[in-house]
Amino acid sequence: MGSSGYEPKNKAVKWFEDQLPILGLIHGTLGAGYKAPRNLNYWWNFGSLAGFMLVVQIITGIILVMHYTPHVDMAFRAVEHIMRDVNYGWLLRYTHSNGASMFFVIVYIHILRGMYFGSYKSPREVLWFLGLVIYLLMMATGFMGYVLPWGQMSFWGATVITNLFGAFDFYDGMGESILHLLWGGFSVDNPTLQRFFSLHYLLPFVIVGVVILHIWALHLPGSNNPLGIDAKGPGDKIPFHPYYVAKDAFGLSFFIVIFAVFIFYLPNIMGHPDNYIEANPMVTPSHIVPEWYYLPFYTILKAVPDKLLGVVAMFGSILIFFVLPWLDGSKIRSAKFRPTTAFFFWLFLANTIFLGYLGTKLPDEIMINMGGGIDALTLGRISSVFYFAYFIVIVPMVSRFETTKPVPTSIAQAVLDAKKGA
Amino acid sequence: MIKNISLMVMIVMGGVSFANASGDSAYTLKKHEWPHDGPFGMFDKAALQRGLQVYKEVCSGCHSLDMVAFRELTALGYSTDEVKAFAGEYEFAAGLDDDGEEKFRKGLPQDYFPAPFASEEEARDSNNGALPPDFSLLGKSREHLSMFTPWNSIYGEDYIVGILTTYHEEAPHGVELAEGMYFNETFVGNQIAMAAPLFEDSVEYADGTSASVEQMAKDVATFMYWAAEPKMEARKKMGLKVIIFMSILTIMLYFVNKSVWKNVKNGKEFD
Repeated sequence: MGSSGYEPKNKAVKWFEDQLPILGLIHGTLGAGYKAPRNLNYWWNFGSLAGFMLVVQIITGIILVMHYTPHVDMAFRAVEHIMRDVNYGWLLRYTHSNGASMFFVIVYIHILRGMYFGSYKSPREVLWFLGLVIYLLMMATGFMGYVLPWGQMSFWGATVITNLFGAFDFYDGMGESILHLLWGGFSVDNPTLQRFFSLHYLLPFVIVGVVILHIWALHLPGSNNPLGIDAKGPGDKIPFHPYYVAKDAFGLSFFIVIFAVFIFYLPNIMGHPDNYIEANPMVTPSHIVPEWYYLPFYTILKAVPDKLLGVVAMFGSILIFFVLPWLDGSKIRSAKFRPTTAFFFWLFLANTIFLGYLGTKLPDEIMINMGGGIDALTLGRISSVFYFAYFIVIVPMVSRFETTKPVPTSIAQAVLDAKKGA
Repeated sequence: MIKNISLMVMIVMGGVSFANASGDSAYTLKKHEWPHDGPFGMFDKAALQRGLQVYKEVCSGCHSLDMVAFRELTALGYSTDEVKAFAGEYEFAAGLDDDGEEKFRKGLPQDYFPAPFASEEEARDSNNGALPPDFSLLGKSREHLSMFTPWNSIYGEDYIVGILTTYHEEAPHGVELAEGMYFNETFVGNQIAMAAPLFEDSVEYADGTSASVEQMAKDVATFMYWAAEPKMEARKKMGLKVIIFMSILTIMLYFVNKSVWKNVKNGKEFD
């Protein structure tokens, strides 16, 4: 953002621009005025994809609200009314429900890309924080959105997750007070549904605000790049438009094909079948699981025997990302030149996926038939320990002591060298 | 080298053989091929009509179908006049007349299938304490879809056929049934409160199909899946158009992108 050398030729446009320089702002943010490193790979498409998904969720969400009723006696039926009676209601709802999953897939890849190429490192720590704030807001929004259809998993998921906050029982009655405030009563009931509905409508717009800050903070230092070195000379950068506009458009179009496969052919695969049963406080499902995007953290929660410590570990497993810029002491950003870091990054990713897989299992389920049998709880504990060890031990040690590969002097040089090699 | 090791670790982790989650049941659910399977599969309208007949003549004595309106039955291949006639066979309360007596009227296409019981209490009272579930969403709420191991998926239609066709006349040796319960291979815990509902020729099909238990089970499962996902055909048809359109656009944008980047790839610099 900021002045970008935008000079309108049309007199009327110039008159307008002099009084409100918004076209220059757009030109400098998403147009030719923003100069981006010339070597961004396809992992850099996921930022604009996430922005696209936010818009899709807001538009489909606003239309869904026109047909939905946030009341415990009517919500479940209202969703089915959308599915059966509203013109293209099924399309809106499947787009919105699968869109939530797609949004998380994209944001996870976006975060992992930042981790691998060291985008969180100086001078982009605040940019990283803002991204994490967006992610936390998405978690809250996604959770509350899942409650709105008022199915069995909505109700029991809400019961389990809100109860976690009761663990903050530092003086007599404190946990209970927190719960009563969250529920608007003495259990998950109509007031809970209504406040979740209200917040589910509000938070996406808060996300929009933080996204604007996120883009602002991005444009001061400019985008990181796969080499992780600063773009210096003019040969290192190219205008965002038309180069990255064309690349993002191609990536977006490709993504929509995949998105469409889920909407039109696998619309319920990410959901839980129990959510097609209306919420019933008298019947507990045999197995309560959250949405897939929370599963790794759910496993960490279950791995700790103490309730309060479990909740602290679960929130800590996300909040620890905030200190990653300081846990990582390396002078080099990109894992391309940090082979040991790269190795542990992939191990961390595999471990986190495994944590998510364990999240769908019952704690006493036997996972590996070896010796007396190893259950999901034991594996979850081992995986959770590794998860934290990655941040607290592996990253700080490896980043300070590993032997790194030589880093190219400039982006243009690296591009040139790659061309010669090929 | 490091990359290879990390890849290997991932492969090994993915390849460790995990014990089957549902290994305690001695029975496996039979899978069927359905005409409406797959990206191009559409409902077998004759099966839907037979399924409706089974629902009406057998199931609807206990099971409601709250969310389906008569008007939707045109999707089964009926004309609007046939739907009107079908709806007219039902009677609905229509308030009170001038003398304070209850009035009744014939059903209309915009009416929903009436429930067999006035309340949950009444339904339980008539069914040995058990509540017959509403049919509107059973086709979807009993599914277990698995994205990464699709062969472990349980489809709603297969489950329904399983329930209807795997009753044992007597519980296997050593199994103690609770009072008023029946042994069923498919139902969780193998004890179900519903007595076997279908017998050879329970219905006389209007289209002359012979009404074996398996045939009726498949027909009503098709009907129930339609009731749970009535917009499936519209969804698949639109999906095909969207995917073809977006695929062509993607290919075009690929070449647009390539031509836009040509000068940069050739080393063009900007100041």
